[in-house]
Amino acid sequence: MSMYNYGFLDENTKRELRRKTLKAVAIPGYQVPFGSREMPVARGWGTGGLQVTLSLIGLGDVLKVIDQGSDDSVNACNLRDLISETSEVDTTTDTLEATVIQTRHRIPEEKMTDEQILVFQVPTPEILRTVEPSEQESRRMHAERDYSRLWVHLYEDIVEWKEIRISYDYPVLVNGHYICDPSPIPRFDVPKLHQAETLFLFGAGREKRIYAIPPHTDVIPLQFEDYPFNVESYESGCEKCGSTHTYLEESFDSNTGERYLYCSDTSYCGKQQLKGQHQPVEIGVGWNG
Amino acid sequence: MDNRVSIRNVSKIYGKGCDSCIELTGPEHGRNRCPKCGTIVACADIGFDVYPGEVLGIVGESGSGKSTLVKTLYFDEAPTTGEFYLQDFEEGLSNVYGLSSLQKRYIRNHLMGMVYQNPHLGLRLDYSAGGNIAEKLLMADWNHVGDIRERAKELLTKTEIPIERMDDKPKYFSGGMQQRVQISKALANNPPLLLLDEVTTGLDVSVQASVLDLIRQIGRELGISMIVVSHDFSVIRMLTNRTIVMKNGRIVEQGLTDQIMEDPQHAYTQLLINSLI
Amino acid sequence: MAYVAVRGGQQAIKEAEKLLHYYRLKDGEQPITINQIRTQMRLAVDKAMSEGSLYDPDLAALALKQAEGDAIEASFLLRAFRSTLPRQAYTDAIDTSKMEIVRRISATFKEVPGGQYLGPTRDYTKRLLRMELMEETEAEAKATISEFLENLNLNAEEVESGQVPTFPRVINLLKEEGLIHVPTQGERNTDGSVDDITRDALSFPTSRAVRLQAMTRGETGALLAFAYSSVRGYGDVHPTIGELRVGYVPVYMPHPIYPEETIALGRILVTEAEIVVRQQDENVSGAAQFAVGYGLCFGHNEDKAISMGILDQTMVAENPASPAQDEEFVLYHIDGIESSGFISHFKLPHYVDFQAELQRVRSINRKEENEV
Repeated sequence: MSMYNYGFLDENTKRELRRKTLKAVAIPGYQVPFGSREMPVARGWGTGGLQVTLSLIGLGDVLKVIDQGSDDSVNACNLRDLISETSEVDTTTDTLEATVIQTRHRIPEEKMTDEQILVFQVPTPEILRTVEPSEQESRRMHAERDYSRLWVHLYEDIVEWKEIRISYDYPVLVNGHYICDPSPIPRFDVPKLHQAETLFLFGAGREKRIYAIPPHTDVIPLQFEDYPFNVESYESGCEKCGSTHTYLEESFDSNTGERYLYCSDTSYCGKQQLKGQHQPVEIGVGWNG
Repeated sequence: MDNRVSIRNVSKIYGKGCDSCIELTGPEHGRNRCPKCGTIVACADIGFDVYPGEVLGIVGESGSGKSTLVKTLYFDEAPTTGEFYLQDFEEGLSNVYGLSSLQKRYIRNHLMGMVYQNPHLGLRLDYSAGGNIAEKLLMADWNHVGDIRERAKELLTKTEIPIERMDDKPKYFSGGMQQRVQISKALANNPPLLLLDEVTTGLDVSVQASVLDLIRQIGRELGISMIVVSHDFSVIRMLTNRTIVMKNGRIVEQGLTDQIMEDPQHAYTQLLINSLI
Repeated sequence: MAYVAVRGGQQAIKEAEKLLHYYRLKDGEQPITINQIRTQMRLAVDKAMSEGSLYDPDLAALALKQAEGDAIEASFLLRAFRSTLPRQAYTDAIDTSKMEIVRRISATFKEVPGGQYLGPTRDYTKRLLRMELMEETEAEAKATISEFLENLNLNAEEVESGQVPTFPRVINLLKEEGLIHVPTQGERNTDGSVDDITRDALSFPTSRAVRLQAMTRGETGALLAFAYSSVRGYGDVHPTIGELRVGYVPVYMPHPIYPEETIALGRILVTEAEIVVRQQDENVSGAAQFAVGYGLCFGHNEDKAISMGILDQTMVAENPASPAQDEEFVLYHIDGIESSGFISHFKLPHYVDFQAELQRVRSINRKEENEV
């Protein structure tokens, strides 16, 4: 990769990305347009997160990349290779060791600190897209905080289905002002965004937007007093490590066809398994303390 | 200020305009279109007050500028010049035309209701009737679905919509029912000012009568100030206390409705009244 | 590391990539050369350069080789390469009246100054498979060339260097008569800068410069579909090709030190279309006029330039009534790299999201059962 610049992008591009990221941090939840570049992975495959990460990362950083909670997911492997080859940083699968974590659709189970940054890959940054297809009109709605249609959308769900049907991409009110899309994380992860110590950065490459939730910011999922927000729950724990406090995925045993639940955060699950075998392992605390 | 609404010097022109636009248009010329530059003067030099609980009528034929005027009051269109004071907003000291769109949205949601001639404009026909009312309430920070539904039921009962239709979409409703839902929505936050633009035009005569009855009853019960825009003097006679007559974008006559009906001064007003069946 | 992570994913993508390289060559044929692709697949090369937004025939040929002929994949490779290049300067606007014409036609007038110039076109060939090409030999190829040149009484150098006349623009005939609406607002911003979609995200309403830039790097098929929809019935544009030109134009950039001088960078092949339509813009008043839709793209790609010219005029509608009139709809959906990327991303795992969906649907079903 030596024929390419450090961190793949040219320096002017990285500077622009940093300026836009700073603006995003200054206006929590506001989507800052940026001149998104084509990357050597396809649009929709994490190019927004990738650009943000590449503009931030430097020697001394330790990188972790996860996709659906897994370090070993094929696309995570591909992105990790690309970032580490072009920026010569060390990589890890351990949430506690990483300084920058790039993620698709999950927040790790172990609580992150103010020394770490979590970069989200965002497919569709515009939370109003469900109720308004036009970008020009959505931007007006944000500017005027005209969120009535989104709220009515939730009301109509309750009337028809007795609950809000949104499962991921759950709308959150950031810092009492903008409603934004926390990326397609499950509801389970949404409360982790509220008053966290970590800087959360969101990059949408195809849609050319960067936004941020800075540390210690209020992040409140939209809800009604009599229909409070709730998260996914399970009747049993992880088949592998026994955890009952993590986000689980259903999967079928490819031999027996039986259905099992497994942790989606594979790194955390691995540590819990080691702990179960009484092996020495450092496990971080959960987001609730 | 004891009047609820004050309008001063409102004009709305479409086009680039010239020095002669105002001079060469108006009722004495019988036109809105400036012969020099082709600019349309939809309305000019409009000023009036509305008092608490009062129902003001604005009457005129199509092209008189009355609908444009009421659209500027609901911020659907920005006027070219003019001032608009609302007693319930900063004690009537701020010209609300000059506010940011965020503040205007606040006023629309909290201090005004609008009923359009065409239900498409006032309702989301794809959301339920209750959802339409909820939209207004949610914007005024209601956050309890049960409370919202109670309030919606109350409003629909008042406007004589069967409660069991609350969760149906207005696109399946008759024209008269759609207007009733619009009225419910406009009243949701007990606004001090209600704007009604040709609300019965296009409805069957029997339906018209019941919708007018409803509006009259609401005015009496809730003490809301209303501005009723119509081309039809029979609507104006039935609903309003005071009337403004508009022609070619100007006010040609104003006064107590009864008085105008009895003794119209302007030839145009006489024509309108004489054409009443 | 304290524990052993499963590394199956890493292994899998490595092996898949190896397999991909093997598939490209597995039949043991002689590797195709970049020269062969560049010269004998010239229209594929042109399309890759245009959609890849990078004028470099050699790299475009390489991209096509690497992508095994997949046009979108090839243009994607070029775009990604482009991201690594710093922006040094902007060239001057090209002047297509200085074009060395390869082909030039007009559909507005039977005879135009300079004449119609068909050039190398397939338009009037019979679309019959030429079976003899199945076994074409080098000797036959050479014979075809020399026979053609002999008939012309030219040799190869003369064809290359021969003076090709320049032509006045057909549109100017109508302009002189005052029938063409000339926009008062130029393509430049008031401070002299030009919008650049590769540096700034689109924002709406856009400038014409932005619309044209987005279209010129758009995917040919998408532009075709939108333009076709507007002339077939979803819209009311009745286009006539004022002029279609294919040829080489010189490219200059301002001298970094001496502002009055320019530096010649070389020449590029472009296709340019000027499409005459009846004035559509509601904001333009005055005598009944025509407007001109403009299309220009890298390389020889007539479908693209014509479609672009048509769409340039459909998007002036103030209240869009059809998809091709809605600039957001058109501009957000014509980029082949973006659309193919997003469509293909659905192949990625969505276990987490799907689990969340399952939970919602089950929860709703439980509520409904409880009600029964």
